[in-house]
Amino acid sequence: MSGQDRLFIVTNDRVSPGRARLGGGLIWGSFALLVGVAAWQILGQTGRVADWGNWRPTLYAYCLWATCLCAAEVVRHGEQGKRRLFVMPAALFVGSMVFFPLVFGLGIAFSDWNLASPDGRRFNGFGNVVRMWSDPFYWNALGNMVWYVLAIVVEYAIALGLALLLNSQIRARKFFRVAFLLPLMLSPVAVSWMIGKSMMEARFGPISRVARWLGWDNPSFFGDPWLAKAVIMIMDAWTFIPFMMIMLLAGLQAIPRDIQEAARVDGANPWQNFWGVTFPLMLPVSLTAIMIRIIFKLKIADIIINVTSGGPGGATDSVTSFIFREYRDRSNVGYGTMLAFVYLVLIVIGFTLFIKLVSRWMRPQY
Amino acid sequence: MTDTRQIFHDSEADRRHRPRWYLGRVAVYGALLAWTLVCLFPIYWTITTSFKMAPDVMQGNLVPFVDYTPQWLGWRSLGLSPDTIGADSTVREQFLLRFTNSAVVALSASALALALGSLAAYGLSRFEYRFGFMKNDDISFFFLSQLILPPVVLALPFLVLYREVDLLDSRIGLILLYALTVMPIVIWIMRDQFGSIPTELEEAALVDGLSIWGAFLTIILPIALPGMVAAFILCLVLTWNEYFFAALLTSTDAVTLPVMVASQTGSQGINWWSMAALSTAAILPLIVIGIVLERYIIKGMAAGAVK
Repeated sequence: MSGQDRLFIVTNDRVSPGRARLGGGLIWGSFALLVGVAAWQILGQTGRVADWGNWRPTLYAYCLWATCLCAAEVVRHGEQGKRRLFVMPAALFVGSMVFFPLVFGLGIAFSDWNLASPDGRRFNGFGNVVRMWSDPFYWNALGNMVWYVLAIVVEYAIALGLALLLNSQIRARKFFRVAFLLPLMLSPVAVSWMIGKSMMEARFGPISRVARWLGWDNPSFFGDPWLAKAVIMIMDAWTFIPFMMIMLLAGLQAIPRDIQEAARVDGANPWQNFWGVTFPLMLPVSLTAIMIRIIFKLKIADIIINVTSGGPGGATDSVTSFIFREYRDRSNVGYGTMLAFVYLVLIVIGFTLFIKLVSRWMRPQY
Repeated sequence: MTDTRQIFHDSEADRRHRPRWYLGRVAVYGALLAWTLVCLFPIYWTITTSFKMAPDVMQGNLVPFVDYTPQWLGWRSLGLSPDTIGADSTVREQFLLRFTNSAVVALSASALALALGSLAAYGLSRFEYRFGFMKNDDISFFFLSQLILPPVVLALPFLVLYREVDLLDSRIGLILLYALTVMPIVIWIMRDQFGSIPTELEEAALVDGLSIWGAFLTIILPIALPGMVAAFILCLVLTWNEYFFAALLTSTDAVTLPVMVASQTGSQGINWWSMAALSTAAILPLIVIGIVLERYIIKGMAAGAVK
């Protein structure tokens, strides 16, 4: 195992049998405690023994078991265990924080569960899938997501343009860099008030004033479906263009100067230089930036929830904001979870295809 | 008499380039200034609006002291204006509670993610692991793939799960969840950071008698500190601004600032000055961090890009 380590150390890996037994005891002892506490609580639910009110004790027992698992790693495997201890806590944390909700969510997804109603959870098999199939608003939201993701192409063009500007010979570069970065720091909720609700307010907002000055009598930015969608895209782009810009800027600065100089010496004009040299060399960075941007775009919800709440007529709805309202308005946990899981499956399939498709351009070329 | 004739001339073709060069400069700076305006105007608008009164808003006054006299109206509605700052104010207490919630949750979640994530990133950059069928690349992929997981998938199960363990509307619940969401970013940045530190450093330290953890804590960690600051700030930005989980999982005690801002937008109509003051308070900490620590942020985001 340690043969391929980047940091190769010869260590004494021999562990006495007593120590190994102690480690095993630690793991299984705490595990028995966990099972015991959980069993007691399950019994408590049925009313045969004292109920503790909530599942906190089981949670504590689980945490204790996880800690013992990490400690036992060192006790049982010595030096090798100390190395594994670097990864163990994070792996356990992420693993349990993802595993339990997903398993739990699968259970919820196949049931009819309204948190507001007293009936509690009822298993209804594929009822939610059937309902989803004939839910025009969900398909509409999925369709909107396609448009939102396609808008990334425009964002990318602007971000690349800005990165090129910042990378050229300019004065006050630091000032411009800070100014361009600031929108990224703002919370989407604040942005949705600052821009969506006040600057675009029909009567007094500065953007509406400009629109009226330009000859649009009655500026309303959220009445027309396509316009509303575009405005949401612009607001989201406003906060995230700096993100792409900085990644692209880093990519531009990493391109060796001599390649571009060689092209110039060979007689390439700036236009040819960009399309023939810079752009192809930037492809790996560009695709990384676009991929991360897509990931963040698929989570878009805050601005939509706060500015339009999906309207007009679902034209701006994203999947996340739709499920959010499904829960907020109808407390419908089961159906919402099913929609979310379908979304996850679509994303995973989409991403696998996307990575397969672009992987041959992803390798660094210099 | 000296000969004033120039010996070396710019050729006619070169001199024709001058106007074009100036034109190019004007275009470049024009574009830069235009985008600066796009970036900064909303912030400027929000901050100035928090000092306006109703007529100023309706008349569209833009420049303080020239168009209108700044008033403390917006800040008074938060209990933060000079004349109300000494007095007791329930509004201010509410606001400060939200503010501390946001600060505590964002700082602890980022710290937790940074601690666990850095350890994992260091391990992955130095040793070959094998947990069952999972090797290093699989483990890295496992961590990074959490980024793809949309929050909606986790939100409702967590809602139900937290209700069972009584973590709804608690800071701890939010901290754990936020740490999970930003962990991939930490690992992504820190893996590159640790990867760029030569292993000879640890080898020397180990020869001198330090254990592997001792070498990590005393030698490697200080070197990787700039990268950790970058990762920490990125986490801070994401967790401070997070709205979706907070809106679902909190109701009274653990409400964070974005939820408070969102809950005011619907109800207050044209009460712009107080909304502006609230928004300003919500964005100001990060704007300050952005201006002061800009180079760390850029470094952090650049780390993963060029690989």
